[in-house]
Amino acid sequence: MKWIDYENAKTVDEAVKILSQSGGKARPMAGGTDLIVQLRVKDPRVDADVVVNVKDIPELNELSYSTTKGLTIGAAVPCHKIYNDSNVITHYPALIDSASLIGGTQIQGRASLGGNLCNAAPSGDSIPNLVAHNGVATLAGPNGTREVAVEDVCTGPRQTCIGKDEILVSINLPNPGEGFGANYIRFIPRNEMDIAVVGAGVSVNISGGKFTAAKVSLASVAPTPISVPNAISALVGESVGDGPIQNAANAAKEAAKPISDMRGTAEYRKHLCEVLTRRALNTAVERAQGGK
Amino acid sequence: MTTADYERNMVLSSVDYKVLGTRPVRHDGADKVTGRAIYGADFDASGLLHGKILRSPHAHAKILSIDTSKAEALDGVKAVATAKDFPQTGDKSIEMGEDTTKLKWLRDNIMASDKVLYAGHAIAGVAATNPHIAEEALALIEVKYEVLDSVMTTQQSMAEGAPLLHESLTTQELGEDSGIVSNIADHFQHSKGDVKKGFEEADVIVEREYNTAMVHQGYIEPHNGTALWSPDGRLHVWCSTQGSFVVRDSLADLLDIPVSNIRVTPTEIGGGFGGKIPIYVEPVAAILSKKTGTPVKIVMSRKDTFEGSGPTPGSNIKIKLGAKSDGTITAAHAWMAMEAGGYPGSPVGAAAQCVFAAYDIENGLIDGYDVVVNKPKTAPYRAPGAPNAAFGMEQALNELADKLGMDPIELRLKNVAEEGTRRVDGPTFRRIGAREVLEAMRDHPHYQAAKKSGHGRGISIGFWFNIGFDSACNIAVNKDGSINLTEGSTDIGGSRTSIAMHAAEVLGIAVEDVRPSVVDTDTIGFTAVTGGSRTTFATGWAAYEAAQDVKRQSIERAADIWDVDADSLDMEDGIISSKTDSELKMTFKELASQMSDTGGTITGRAAVNPKGVGGSFAGNIVDVSIDDETGKVSIERFTCVQDVGKAIHPSYVEGQMQGGSVQGIGWALNEEYFMNDQGNMANSSLLDYRMPTSLDLPMIDTVIVEVANPGHPFGVRGVGEANIVPPTPAIANAVSDATGNIMTQLPLTPGAVLDSGK
Repeated sequence: MKWIDYENAKTVDEAVKILSQSGGKARPMAGGTDLIVQLRVKDPRVDADVVVNVKDIPELNELSYSTTKGLTIGAAVPCHKIYNDSNVITHYPALIDSASLIGGTQIQGRASLGGNLCNAAPSGDSIPNLVAHNGVATLAGPNGTREVAVEDVCTGPRQTCIGKDEILVSINLPNPGEGFGANYIRFIPRNEMDIAVVGAGVSVNISGGKFTAAKVSLASVAPTPISVPNAISALVGESVGDGPIQNAANAAKEAAKPISDMRGTAEYRKHLCEVLTRRALNTAVERAQGGK
Repeated sequence: MTTADYERNMVLSSVDYKVLGTRPVRHDGADKVTGRAIYGADFDASGLLHGKILRSPHAHAKILSIDTSKAEALDGVKAVATAKDFPQTGDKSIEMGEDTTKLKWLRDNIMASDKVLYAGHAIAGVAATNPHIAEEALALIEVKYEVLDSVMTTQQSMAEGAPLLHESLTTQELGEDSGIVSNIADHFQHSKGDVKKGFEEADVIVEREYNTAMVHQGYIEPHNGTALWSPDGRLHVWCSTQGSFVVRDSLADLLDIPVSNIRVTPTEIGGGFGGKIPIYVEPVAAILSKKTGTPVKIVMSRKDTFEGSGPTPGSNIKIKLGAKSDGTITAAHAWMAMEAGGYPGSPVGAAAQCVFAAYDIENGLIDGYDVVVNKPKTAPYRAPGAPNAAFGMEQALNELADKLGMDPIELRLKNVAEEGTRRVDGPTFRRIGAREVLEAMRDHPHYQAAKKSGHGRGISIGFWFNIGFDSACNIAVNKDGSINLTEGSTDIGGSRTSIAMHAAEVLGIAVEDVRPSVVDTDTIGFTAVTGGSRTTFATGWAAYEAAQDVKRQSIERAADIWDVDADSLDMEDGIISSKTDSELKMTFKELASQMSDTGGTITGRAAVNPKGVGGSFAGNIVDVSIDDETGKVSIERFTCVQDVGKAIHPSYVEGQMQGGSVQGIGWALNEEYFMNDQGNMANSSLLDYRMPTSLDLPMIDTVIVEVANPGHPFGVRGVGEANIVPPTPAIANAVSDATGNIMTQLPLTPGAVLDSGK
């Protein structure tokens, strides 16, 4: 019978030290809503001898906003704190689309966006949204800290660029600026308790009736959540309207490389990319223009 | 909260009783809502070992060898069991609740001997000091397989040159052994009149082929069982089952020991829907207990439950209907092939009893095929086979109504079966309520209301015949006038209380003065399974008879006390009185206080096997909306109408109607065994096997119709099953109405609905 040790790190340094000394067999744990399940079912991708609790580390519990630095979300901050935070509600309302979607109320009491990113599921419901918000991850390791754009963190299904001796400290979302609107939506056959067949996270900045910046990111259509550069170029510089939005949606459909499985066929998923990207962009535009 | 502009739960009743038809609090309620009720997995005992079962990763393979030595050597492992540990007794047919099966098939399904016939097929069991060690030991068992090609559907299995599951299985062709080895275990026919002539006389003919996917009952509590085999040869089993006596009798056959050596105690049950009639882990726990001398508990995981228990079949169904231009059906042909799973015994026979039952059909033909496939052996699921059949028949009827330009309810009323109608499969109906159900649907505010823009509306009706079978009941009167009632029917849907209400009605006492208990097989006479919608009907009847026994003796005691002739006395509303002398009056409670001095405790008893079974009809009206870009169907409004004969406890009846509707909605929209290329179930979790959650459902409105069953003292028919029959075609009809495309395949997933127009 396999025994797993449990360590409680109080500082970033302590966590990094435990990870460094565990020969790659230690896993940081925030809410544990993915990790504990994976350990229980003996998921071969999660071969851990040590579980390191990171919920007591102050930096991983930070949730702060300033006009210069934007929003800093500690890696262990649970979803319910995010969607109840006044700065999030005021400046990053679209983040709530994901934070309130992941799990049920009880899960949202523990699950963190940091954990969702580190879990690197192709279907992760917060990752396209963090990408749409131009999120940057801060990682700490034995050689200090480094920053990586969220869209570059996931490298494969359940695989990230985060070293086995590194932890995710926080995710920073820069100040979105004027005329910003974002949205994350997913398609599931049921109305709850489901994995995204396709998820779409988008954002736009609008100024003078034109798209000045945009992001389109998709979940569940490739080994990792993906960004769609062609969707961005379809929008930026164009006048706000159905034409560019449709072009971006078509680009999303084009960029998707889904598989067929029990959650949907590849063809159906590609179709959904177009539908969801268009719908999400319409909502983002509405939000950018002052709608809810 | 908005208030409906109509009555949400109607009871269309004509007869009033004192206790029946009221809604008392259930006797087992407090224990269940406070978490004190004991379910199978809660069971604990000194020295308890934990068992786990190794399952086949292959859908079809020969077992070349099984080496358990490494598992047995693991620290903490106390015993390992394989098929070799089961007595290899003769190949007789045995009763399994509602079905019969061959003993070898039952034994091989519990533990594969020579072949594995589906992924998830049990290979070996391990008992260890804790579940983790048992699980680790499974990985140490070495099984060598010769993997064979597999067949997943009836079409594949019936095809020329298909891989054979059983080299000795020959097709029963119209009741005779054809001698032909194939995957078709049985082909039967029912016919009435002249179908050829009937189709010739038709002005309009519709003909279509339909396919449905294998689905699971989805009970929340997985299978479980604990066994203790004592050195004196007595075996005691605690388990979650729909029939403790079926478990006892099956164990006796499988283990080759007398029934008198086996005691089965049914724990509380977290759902069954037919799936907890067969046994799976109980005999393995028994063998492991015999080897270790200690109690052994086995609890299935959800994956085990999906892959290693008994779902209901996928099916391939062809329906052809002919009608005169006035709507009179002149001929009907149903061709149905159903997946039995690895061993023969699909519910296609029951489907044949239901497919045309709602209609008076002059010329009819039904072909049924029982086909083995490399999927789990199917088990009963709530009106087994009938929803599959109705999915075809009730859509074909709507297509016919469209062609004739008739309202679909009027078409059904035009052809509805009534008292005296002879079914295509033989029986002639006594009084039934098909017409009353259709009329209640037609007159319901839902059907009368205009459809919302963009919505589709569908209707359907469905039938289940219900069963009788054996039940027993004992009553002991307490000195305060309350009674202890013991019976043997596992209580799945509130049957303790509905059975107690039968006794309370007879004795004229409050149902709170009845203490009902579900007891073990040593303590009550043989009682058949809680299945076939029989429990309230048959065990309720036993309670009625046992209460009559108590009533008769109570009158005799009073006659002794008053020194009068018992014939001169009567007992009404709990009061014994003289028909001639108004001075002579005594309550049942007063009599009870004098029992000791008048001959001791009054006990009543009854055992019945009632023949007056009355079938039940149910109908749905469904409104759906469809996201035309994603194909996602939302159920916007759902009404269930059912003739239940007499609703003993209307709240539990409504619960059954709503529960059956919800399962039907899941079956219609998302549920399916999704098999990958290797024949493994890809979605064996509650995350990916998408049963509806509360957020996927509207309020299910109910209308209880009471057309008394002449075969029961209170008119009871049985309510558990007919309600799952109409939802799949009603929803398909609604989706067709919204999209203009006929839905020939279940489930109606968003992708399938979107593709239906292509």
